[in-house]
This record gives sequence, C-alpha cells and structure tokens, in this order.
Amino acid sequence: MYAQMIKTASNGIKPREEMSEEERAFQDKIDNDIKIEPRDWMPEDYRRTLIRQIGQHAHSEVVGQLPEGNWITRAPTLERKAILLAKVQDEAGHGLYLYSAAETLGVSRDELIELLHEGKMKYSSIFNYPTLNWADIGAVGWLVDGAAIVNQVALQRTSYGPYARAMVRICKEESFHARQGYDAIRAMAFGTPEQKRQAQDALNRLWFPALMMFGPSDAESTHSEQSMAWKIKVKSNDELRQQFVDQTIPQIEYLKLDLPDPNIKWNEERGHYDFSEPDWPEFFNVIKGNGPCNVDRMKDRVAAWDDGEWVRDGLLAHARKKAARKVAAE
Amino acid sequence: MTRDEALFEFLLRMGDNTLILGHRVSEWCGHSPVLEEDIALANTALDMIGQTQLWLGLAGEVEGKGRTADNLAFLRDAWDFRNVLMVELPNGDFGQTLMRQFLYDAWSFVMTDWLKGSSDPRIAAIAEKAHKEVTYHLERSGDTVIGLGDGTEESHSRMQAALDYLYPYCGEMFEKDKSDELLAEAGIAPDPTELRPEYDDIVGRVLAEATLAIPGGSYVHKGGRNGRMHTEHLGHLLTSMQWLQRAYPGAAW
Ligand SMILES: [Fe+2]
Ligand SMILES: [Fe+2]
Ligand SMILES: [Fe+2]
Repeated sequence: MYAQMIKTASNGIKPREEMSEEERAFQDKIDNDIKIEPRDWMPEDYRRTLIRQIGQHAHSEVVGQLPEGNWITRAPTLERKAILLAKVQDEAGHGLYLYSAAETLGVSRDELIELLHEGKMKYSSIFNYPTLNWADIGAVGWLVDGAAIVNQVALQRTSYGPYARAMVRICKEESFHARQGYDAIRAMAFGTPEQKRQAQDALNRLWFPALMMFGPSDAESTHSEQSMAWKIKVKSNDELRQQFVDQTIPQIEYLKLDLPDPNIKWNEERGHYDFSEPDWPEFFNVIKGNGPCNVDRMKDRVAAWDDGEWVRDGLLAHARKKAARKVAAE
Repeated sequence: MTRDEALFEFLLRMGDNTLILGHRVSEWCGHSPVLEEDIALANTALDMIGQTQLWLGLAGEVEGKGRTADNLAFLRDAWDFRNVLMVELPNGDFGQTLMRQFLYDAWSFVMTDWLKGSSDPRIAAIAEKAHKEVTYHLERSGDTVIGLGDGTEESHSRMQAALDYLYPYCGEMFEKDKSDELLAEAGIAPDPTELRPEYDDIVGRVLAEATLAIPGGSYVHKGGRNGRMHTEHLGHLLTSMQWLQRAYPGAAW
C-alpha cells in the first residue's frame, strides 16, 4: 500500500468513441488483462498517474524505516533486534524495487526524492504517527504491513507489468513481516500486566491510523474511476478496508485484547463486521502536514540526503576517475 | 586463571565487539546517504547481531551459570563489557562510520580466518560462518574507504580526518594478556600480536589505494578489551540498549 489519494491525471473517463486508435487499443489490452510494459504506448495521464502512485509507494517504504528504526536500538532481545533489522532492510529493498519500477516510466529516483523533499509528493499517512512503546513494533508489522498486504495483493493484478511484478515479490516479504509482528505483539498480550498494557495501548493508538491507510471512503474519493478503468486501482478503498477489518478482528480476539472501537460488531446480514469510520478530519490534517511526526520525518529524511551529499559526490568522482584510468590504460 | 575462565573472557571479547559495533551501525537506520547504504548497513548490523548470539551464547555455556546470550547482552554493566574501545565510539559522519567498519572488518577477517582452525570445534564452527560474512563486509567497507578517499577533495579530507581519529584505537585489537597466552598455547585462539602483519598488509593496501596516509605516532587507546576503563560513550549506549530488560525485569519478549 502506501498509496493514498492518488490524484488521477485526467478528468473522468473518456467515452470509447472519443478515444484515438491508440487509446482504444490500449484500453482493449487492459480490458483483456494484458499487462502494459515500459515500451508500450500509453496515455500520458496513465503514465503520470502511475508515477505518482509508485513514487508515493516507494517513498512510504523509505520513510517507513524511521518509526521502526526508532526501536532498533532498544529492541529487548537479540532475536527481536535481528528480526527488526531484517524487516527494515527489506523495506529499504522495497523502496529500491519500486523506484526502479518508476524509472521504467521515465523518471529518475533522484527526481522523485527531490519532489518528496520539496513537499510535492507524499508518503503514507501512517508513518506520521509515532512508535511509543515496544508493542508498537509488533503492531506495525501486524496492522500496517497487514493493511499494506490487503492492498498489495489486489495490486498484483494491476495493469502495469513492472508494478504488478514488484507487488508479487514485495507481498511475500510483507506477509512474513505481518506474521512476525503478530508474534511480537502476542508475546506481549500474553506477557506481564505491563506488557499487556503496552499491547493494548499500541492497538488503540494504531487501529484508526491503519484504517486510514486505505484512503477516504469511496463517496469522497474523486479520482478513483479512471484509475479503476485503467486497472491502476483494482478494488475500492472501502472494499479493501472492510476486508482488512474482517481479517483483523478475529486476530484481536485471539490476543484477548479489548477491541479498539466500541462499534465493532458482526453484522449477520452483511456478512461483515461493522465498525466506526476513522476521524477523517484528522486524516486530512495529517495529509496536509499536521500529523504528529510529519515535520520530524521530513527533517530526518532531508538531513540524511543533505548530509550524504559529500558521500554521493565522492563515490561518483571516484567512479569517474576509475573509468578514466581504465580508458587511459587501454 | 583456568582455561575455561580464559575462554569465557575471549568469547565475551568476540561477542561484545560484534554486539556493540552492530548496535552502533544499526543507529544509521533510515539516515544514510543513499538507499543502497541503508540496506548494506542494516545487513552488516544484522550479521553482527547474529554473530553476537553465537559468541555470547557459547560464552554463557562455557561459564556454566545458566546465563544466556541475552542475559549477557542486556544485564551486564559497562565494566563487565570486553569490547575494544573503537567499536563503542559514536558514529560520527558516514565516513567515520565506514572507516571504523573497515578497520574493524580487517581485524575480524584475519581473526575469524585463524579461528576456523581453532582446536575448539565450537569456535571453529562459529568462525566458519562469521568469516564468510566478514569477507563480504570487508570487501564493501574497503571499497567505500577507497571510493571516498579517492573521491573529491572534501571526501578525501573527511576520510583522512576519520583515519586520524580512529587509528590510535586499532592497536588495542592486538593486545595480549594472560588469558590470550593460555588459549594460544592450547591452539584455541591466536596470539593476537601475530595477527598484526596480515592486518597491516590489508589496511596498508586499501589505504594506499584510497590515497590516505596512515598517521604517525604510536600511542594506543585501550582499556575496553580488559575492562579496565571504557569510554564515556558505552554507558549511554547501554542505557538505551538495555532499557526494556532493566525496566521490566523477568518479562519474556
Ligand atoms: Fe509496501
Ligand atoms: Fe515494504
Ligand atoms: Fe513490510
């Protein structure tokens, strides 16, 4: 996941009769589930929308290192520290595949990073929430990676080949993260009273932010239609959110934790759980930059980039000298 | 001092080095100059934490008092740590972190290479696994030191400054005491001083290619390996590393 409120670069769907020959052929491919590949013709708006979505996803993987990195130095056992390090390493790897997928659309990683640092691109709202106790690390794996999987499993069927393939690879690792996260919070939910309190606190704080990861409700989501027709988006926000809630409630019950929302109730008629909507004004605030960690997260990332400039320049200069020496020797 | 006491001391030295340096490297998470380095640093830290589990696990076994690797990592105070001072120094800039990594990796490479042939099969087995990882770490840190040393004027001067700062800490890795002598006699571990020529050879080659000058002066900072006197930095590191275990004694995680 980690792509929310992607503005589709077009105004509504074009009726078939208004499409050019190329556009019609393109849409036919999509309708027949034939993947679009980098060298294929594609509408400019499709390309631009995908760059936004894949770029936002990549940025999320990278910024997502920060809330988890917050606990690496305080992990309570060597085993947990190793698991967390391996996870964060995977997330950085996801960032790398996704930037590569975006590059097939003609935008460089550095350009995307610059747009992020200038505030012109976003990352998932979830990473603007803090990790305050060790159970948060379990909850992030369980709920945040869990929510990401729900979205990304759907995106394995997305129309753009490199993105769909990246999702297949990433989903395998995200499932592993979700299981490990659940295992970590389970140890606490069944631990001492203080640990149980931490687990409950983590669940209560992260539940609604996790639901927000799917983006605003369908009624408010203005850009979905074209993205659905292009199969950049495969299922609606509300569908995915419901699926996440349905799979997660039994897991909460298994942990014997209190439900984080008093309105959660099985609805026999719908065959789904009912639940409260997240606080959408809060969500829009976080998106606008007013979340609890927005400023710090960006400050960290920009500082990492700026402080690293001499390193990137140094390595580049060395690579050039080496190449020049090689040429001179030939 | 019995041989098992000497062995315990040695295993703490091995495991504390990887524990403390792995911790320091993990502090970079999400803050490195480029995504590939975030991945590489997390990977290095992960390998070192894995090695720690093995070294300290064996230390607890040899000690025979029922202490686990976690007990040793999270419930000892600073004076009982046996890592060399270099690994507990703060990260500094990326150049200093990578220079330290290189100076440590080169030692670790020579050390684990020797230990693969240790007369104690438990040590030989750990060394076998660690040596593969360290070989890769050394290749990477060595390449980075060369790249930055032979990069721009700025990267060169930063790397020279890092080397000037860190080099006086290298000598501690080759210190020898009674316990080393005992283990060397039994063929369990090397006489540390004998590792120096190969180390100097590796370091000399890489630093020459990096166009960096090995500082003159022979002063050696030491006191970590024998626990006599650590730096002020170790206490702060342990404060965060051990916090949960100290705050919630007896909890299982
Ligand atoms: Fe993801
Ligand atoms: Fe990920
Ligand atoms: Fe993940």
